[in-house]
Amino acid sequence: MRKKILAIAATLLAGWATQALAKEPIKVGALLAVSGPASFLGAPEARTLEMMVADLNAKGGIDGHPVTMIIKDTGASPEKAISFAKQLIEEDKVLAIIGPSTSGETMAIKNLAEEAKTILLSCAAAEVIVNPVAKWVFKTPQKDSYAVVKIFQQMKKMGISKIGVLSSNTGFGKAGKEQIEKLAPEHGIQIAVNEVYDKAATDLTAEVTKVKAANVQAIVNWSIEPAQSIVIKNVRQLGLQFPIFQSHGFGNIQYVKAAGAAAEGVIFPAGRLLIADSLPASHPQKALLVAYAKEYAAKFKEDASTFGGHAYDALIILEAAVKKAGTDKEKVRTAIENIKGLPGTGGIFSFSATDHNGLDLDSFAMITVKDGRFVPLDR
Amino acid sequence: MRSARWFQVALFMAAAVAVELAAVYAGKAFLLTQLTMSAYYTLVVIGLSLLMGYAGQISIGHAGFFAIGGYAAAALTTWDLSGRRGGWLVSALGAAGALVSRPDLYGGTVLVVRPWVAFGVAVLLALVIAFAVGIPVLRLKGHYLAMATLGIGTIVYSIALGTGALGAADGISGVPPFPLLGGLQVGGAASIRVANYYIAFGLLALGMLLLLNLVNSRVGRALRAIHGAEEAASAMGVDTARFKLQTFVLSAVLAAVAGVFLTHFNGGVGPSEASIMKSVKYVAIVAVGGMGSLWGTLTTSLVLNFLSLRGYFGTFDDAVFGLILIAVMLFAPSGILALSFRRSLEPVLGRLRTAPKPATREGEAGDPDSMPYRLEEKPSEDGR
Amino acid sequence: MLGELLLQYLVAGLTYGTIYAVVGMGFNIIYNATGIINFAQGEFVMLGGMTAVSLHQVLPLPLAILGAVAVTMAIGALIEMAFIRWLAAPSVLRMIIITIGVSIVVREAALLVWGQQVRALPYFTGNEVTSISMGGARVSPQVLWAVGTTALMVALVTAFFRWASWGRQMRACASNRVAASLCGLPTRNLVTLAFVLSAGMGALAGCVVSPITYTQYGIGTGLAIKGFTVAILGGLGNSLASVAAGLVFGILESFSVSVLPTAYKDVVTIAVLLAILFVRPSGLFGAREASRP
Repeated sequence: MRKKILAIAATLLAGWATQALAKEPIKVGALLAVSGPASFLGAPEARTLEMMVADLNAKGGIDGHPVTMIIKDTGASPEKAISFAKQLIEEDKVLAIIGPSTSGETMAIKNLAEEAKTILLSCAAAEVIVNPVAKWVFKTPQKDSYAVVKIFQQMKKMGISKIGVLSSNTGFGKAGKEQIEKLAPEHGIQIAVNEVYDKAATDLTAEVTKVKAANVQAIVNWSIEPAQSIVIKNVRQLGLQFPIFQSHGFGNIQYVKAAGAAAEGVIFPAGRLLIADSLPASHPQKALLVAYAKEYAAKFKEDASTFGGHAYDALIILEAAVKKAGTDKEKVRTAIENIKGLPGTGGIFSFSATDHNGLDLDSFAMITVKDGRFVPLDR
Repeated sequence: MRSARWFQVALFMAAAVAVELAAVYAGKAFLLTQLTMSAYYTLVVIGLSLLMGYAGQISIGHAGFFAIGGYAAAALTTWDLSGRRGGWLVSALGAAGALVSRPDLYGGTVLVVRPWVAFGVAVLLALVIAFAVGIPVLRLKGHYLAMATLGIGTIVYSIALGTGALGAADGISGVPPFPLLGGLQVGGAASIRVANYYIAFGLLALGMLLLLNLVNSRVGRALRAIHGAEEAASAMGVDTARFKLQTFVLSAVLAAVAGVFLTHFNGGVGPSEASIMKSVKYVAIVAVGGMGSLWGTLTTSLVLNFLSLRGYFGTFDDAVFGLILIAVMLFAPSGILALSFRRSLEPVLGRLRTAPKPATREGEAGDPDSMPYRLEEKPSEDGR
Repeated sequence: MLGELLLQYLVAGLTYGTIYAVVGMGFNIIYNATGIINFAQGEFVMLGGMTAVSLHQVLPLPLAILGAVAVTMAIGALIEMAFIRWLAAPSVLRMIIITIGVSIVVREAALLVWGQQVRALPYFTGNEVTSISMGGARVSPQVLWAVGTTALMVALVTAFFRWASWGRQMRACASNRVAASLCGLPTRNLVTLAFVLSAGMGALAGCVVSPITYTQYGIGTGLAIKGFTVAILGGLGNSLASVAAGLVFGILESFSVSVLPTAYKDVVTIAVLLAILFVRPSGLFGAREASRP
């Protein structure tokens, strides 16, 4: 009888001890546009996060803390982003929020995150997200201005000085257009035509005709939705043979497939995920890029894109910070700012108190399309 | 009769108070946020319900008026005028006390229009546009009226989306709170959440009172006469054009007011608030709630918007909405509150019955089958 | 050079215009038979394109297209039988709202089945970069396919209504349903036929423009709105007029780009539409009963 009681007591004690020793879960929220007009951003991002969290938890979580990922589908609607952000912050009491997918939504909740002192790791690209710098707000996509600079540098090498610019009426397109306009003079580029088209446009022959009339040497298209494939088709169909430059929004092989023959020779800057196989083995990003691309393609039967990569980067940044600083929000935030030289899909991250993006010009590689595949531009 | 209306509104406010107390007591004060947002959207919808149910005018562009209010308030309270201090307009406005200096998010100071003045401008703008648009548009009928209102909504959306000064695709963010009287502020901070809940529901109650009074007044009876038989009403001396226009303008102003308040609560506004899908959703909510039934519409709107904003249906939000729409329109066309099993099964039972069906009751306010868009004699296929 | 440009804008306008024209025509067929504005019209175009892409994975292109058209026609019939047929004397507003609900549900179902990815049929002739030079303007052969198919459809449908027995029965039904029913015409089936016809046209149009514009689960809504606009512009009930109106609308859109920033394209076209409605409320070619004195 005594033995029995002892045994039961021991089991209970052991159980209680294990409970106490098991670390509490880390709650992370994600606001992503999984459905709706920005689903080509949000859907890969959500899938990436699900995949990564499953892997993390299989290995015991971050430092023993299991990770609970709460993904909310905002449908790219700022009102929903605001409503869900408040839910994540106040009800779920998350440590950090990953996302939103679009700049408009991010700007809508930037103040919210700042006032609530919750870390926001945005997957949206607009410059204004981190400039002016808000203490709690970070972003993982590369700076648009760097993409533009890379394009202009390439144009200089090719002797191009007069261009036509087409952009879509989304936050992404608008941000790119602003950077192009701002940086063109100092790089000696003259913008002869500057048109904004509707994101849902199905045929852009009229806009391209306008560009044709201006006798430019190259065209730059800045959009992130299927229209970017339509533009380049229309350009070639109109018999225009000059170089076509795209934004880093072209970083998804399905756009190349959609554009078919028209995509040949298109030049654009992007993260090295797309050309992971051609990187030298010593490149710090190569291992994780190849692993990510392989796992994503195996699990979801589609090619990984740079968009999903932004969510990947957000999570590894958070992971690195938590490993160093524990689960206190303020400490994690400071830890993020102190991250230096962390390889991610978008580039190599080095943050500071004034730089909440962490990437530099070199995070972009110039890529072109050959035989329907992404290859590095070797010029 | 009058006391019945006051009683209904008082009951509504009591219910609102009960919900708030319950939420706070249960530690779920965060629910108040979505309830507040729903209340503002409901203000738009009840105005639309008046327009559609009583005046019989369809408007598939009402989100446009919400956006006009929201954008006007947002733009005026965020455009920094300090660069133009020397200009005559800014000096005049400053002298009139219409401007205020405030800190922005990043520690600088901006010179903007006072929120109360911005509110006044927003309402005035909506009023003027509603008048200007209403006069020609309300002469159309049926599908042509629907198209014209759709067109108005599209124009507002395109302008919001295409204009750089209005933030283009990103909209306007960083909108400051709106100080009402005393220490009351319309804003999104967690500390003033309960106060904002009451501001929203108070505004909604005021709106309901206004509309209920209207519906039971001379104006309301004139509207019902127009709805029932327009030519007869006109022959009886009812100034149909004037009443329809007034209702249209009133519903537009209500939408704009909701826009201003919600923009200050959210701290921003975007082109999605002006989209056609939003307008269609408003119309659908009115239909589901019962076209002439203000309380039915109010309840439906609060429930549906709350669930949608909570993300209750996740990615299937739109699908659920569509299904509810179809189900209600098929089985309870007079709206959810008027639901009665016998009548809703009528179409199905009718086929099984051999005896002729009893005549349906005509002329009930809120019954879409008695609305003035009857199956008209249409021109034949080739236009002759 | 200017002539070339003008021609190019014209061709671009025709490309948009044919799509709008077909959707507008589909609207009118159903409107004439039932008095309903079918907001799910745009979804037929989407379904045609998506189904064809799926079928193309196992069938050669022409069969895939035929299959897609057949499937969409079946869906059109199903929609009519499930939601429209058994309602007794419904009001038009109620029907509009039901069709809005149907279009939302169809769209979400498409999202479930096909995901959010963009798909396209291959070009019927040539590929993404081939183009034919016509008088200085360059036209993709697919545009010619689209215009040609639409013209053929319009001709066939007009002939059907004028000479075929069922077509004339449908016209009788449209003109006065009660009288037609008293004459022994199977009005209920004729209504189903209207939906089937409309769905088939939309599906075929969806297939033929898919290479140019891509197909995605959400394209239906915008098309429905444009189609409705075009039907109103031409005068509700007049199919041929809606075809003309569709082409006019497309050309107007295209040329507005040449003078104003593209961002305001919609503003221009809608403003013109509204102006026309205010002056001539029954549309360009419609009967004069759409407004009150």
